[in-house]
Amino acid sequence: MANLFPNINWMDLIFATGETLYMTLVALVGTLILGTILGLLIYLSAPGNLWDNKVIYSITAGVVNIFRAIPFIILIFLILPLTVFLFGTFRGPTAALPALILGSAPFYGRLVEIALREVDHGVIEAAKAMGAKSSTIIFKVLLKESLPALVSGLTVTAIALIGYTAVAGSIGAGGLGDYAYFYGFTRRNMDIVYICTLLIVIIVFVFQFIGDIVTKKIDKR
Amino acid sequence: MIVIEQLSKIFKTNHQEFKAVDNMSLKIEKGEIFGVIGYSGAGKSTFIRLINRLEEPTSGTVEIEGQNVTGLSKHDLRIKRQEIGMIFQHFNLLWSRTVEENIAFPLEIAGVSKGESAKRVQELIDLVGLTGKEKNYPSQLSGGQKQRVGIARALANNPKVLLCDEATSALDPETTDAILGLLVDINEKLGLTIILITHEMHVIQKICHNVAVMESGRIVEQGSVLDVFSYPKMPVTKKFVEQVMGKPDDELTDDLLLEHISDGHILKLQFVKETANQAIISEVAKKYEVDVNIIQGNIKQTQEGAYGSLYVQMTGELTAVEDALQFIRSTSVDVEVISHG
Ligand SMILES: Nc1ncnc2c1ncn2[C@@H]1O[C@H](COP(=O)(O)OP(=O)(O)OP(=O)(O)O)[C@@H](O)[C@H]1O
Ligand SMILES: [Mg+2]
Repeated sequence: MANLFPNINWMDLIFATGETLYMTLVALVGTLILGTILGLLIYLSAPGNLWDNKVIYSITAGVVNIFRAIPFIILIFLILPLTVFLFGTFRGPTAALPALILGSAPFYGRLVEIALREVDHGVIEAAKAMGAKSSTIIFKVLLKESLPALVSGLTVTAIALIGYTAVAGSIGAGGLGDYAYFYGFTRRNMDIVYICTLLIVIIVFVFQFIGDIVTKKIDKR
Repeated sequence: MIVIEQLSKIFKTNHQEFKAVDNMSLKIEKGEIFGVIGYSGAGKSTFIRLINRLEEPTSGTVEIEGQNVTGLSKHDLRIKRQEIGMIFQHFNLLWSRTVEENIAFPLEIAGVSKGESAKRVQELIDLVGLTGKEKNYPSQLSGGQKQRVGIARALANNPKVLLCDEATSALDPETTDAILGLLVDINEKLGLTIILITHEMHVIQKICHNVAVMESGRIVEQGSVLDVFSYPKMPVTKKFVEQVMGKPDDELTDDLLLEHISDGHILKLQFVKETANQAIISEVAKKYEVDVNIIQGNIKQTQEGAYGSLYVQMTGELTAVEDALQFIRSTSVDVEVISHG
């Protein structure tokens, strides 16, 4: 092992992996909440839907489109003042969270909206005919019926997020991207780059694997 | 009783206006099965959706058991909808829920307690004949079984009215008959008023008491099923009646009959609201010295009795035949002598 990867400090590597997982998971929770709200708002306010509202629709859809158009690396710099205001620094995994969430929530929001649009209109109609409240329709029909698509969308988003954490690493967010860039690439220690790549690929596969299992389990169609 | 007065629905699309339901007025008695038939685009679905306000009326009123549905606030409408069951052509079940969870859904909405709900769900599953399928998901059911779940779900909150939009149109003929049978059963057992939309006349013929024929958003003809079947007035109605009775020229013409049958009297018997029509032939044959030979016939059963016509050949002594004719004329069956041998 030591011959194969001469420059690796294993404690650092484990720590970096932990940071990547920390950033991914916390940002994923934030993305899940913000993205679901955005997706619901776009869907519900769309013409002909439950809360048909041109103003809300234009604003949410507009914000989502703008944020999705901004490349992530630029987004990081754009919200740097906010990050510094919130955390006093832009370094470290926690300081990376706002950028990660703002970068992936609009993406997930779109996926949520697409998933909701796939819910059969007839089922929503049936719930209305039974006298269901809007909240019942949202939680027990819309979100419940689209759950498999929401989960597989979240899996895709999680994988994109892992990529984002690596990008954030290049400006000192910590994690495997950071380790690979500063300790590997800039010091010509390519073994560090390789091992970080391997670990990131493994993490991606694990996320995909879990996502697929959960999706399959809840899909009763 | 359901009273619908001057109900209209205008859809506005971009610059155009479209009158999908045009000034409809109707009275539907408590406990009856009321059919609405019309071709695609006639406005049937729009009409039935106006009743529980899935579609907001442009004008007019709907009154169910003395309560004006059109005037209800959003909140009151939700409560009222729990008394109006609805079933759909494509069943509209929640695929993420099992049969029993689907049937429990309206009970959840109405805030029924878990224990009570479980009891009610089991009753309903037994009523619609799905015992043993409680834990199945909709994807594991046939079309007919899915519609049974739809019916059980619609009945969960003991509604007074059941709205059926093309409830059998996605089913094969045999399953259609089974589902129609179930609807009649429920109507008789529970005294439920059923409003049923269809484009198939045999559905009307089999289970409805009264029928309205719709064309371009308007009711063009209505009355008891038997009357409308026996004396259709409008061209659309005639076409619908032909769906089940065949075209009049599908029957042998009188000339053709005469060509093939040369002896005896040929009679055309017309049955309207005749419940004992089966017996009349054998009665005539027994009472009088005549032979009765059925040539062709087309008789359909409706909820109010049979109607249709029957061509028979009658042979025997002239006096006996005269007596037999006299007897038939004394019943409610119309008789017409087409030829006398
Ligand atoms: N939301 C809508 N906006 C505009 N036009 C509509 C809308 N819903 C229905 N229509 C129009 O109203 C007319 C009647 O539609 P409806 O669905 O009530 O017909 P139907 O008799 O139920 O037909 P089918 O047998 O095909 O179900 C159609 O011409 C349809 O295009
Ligand atoms: Mg229709």
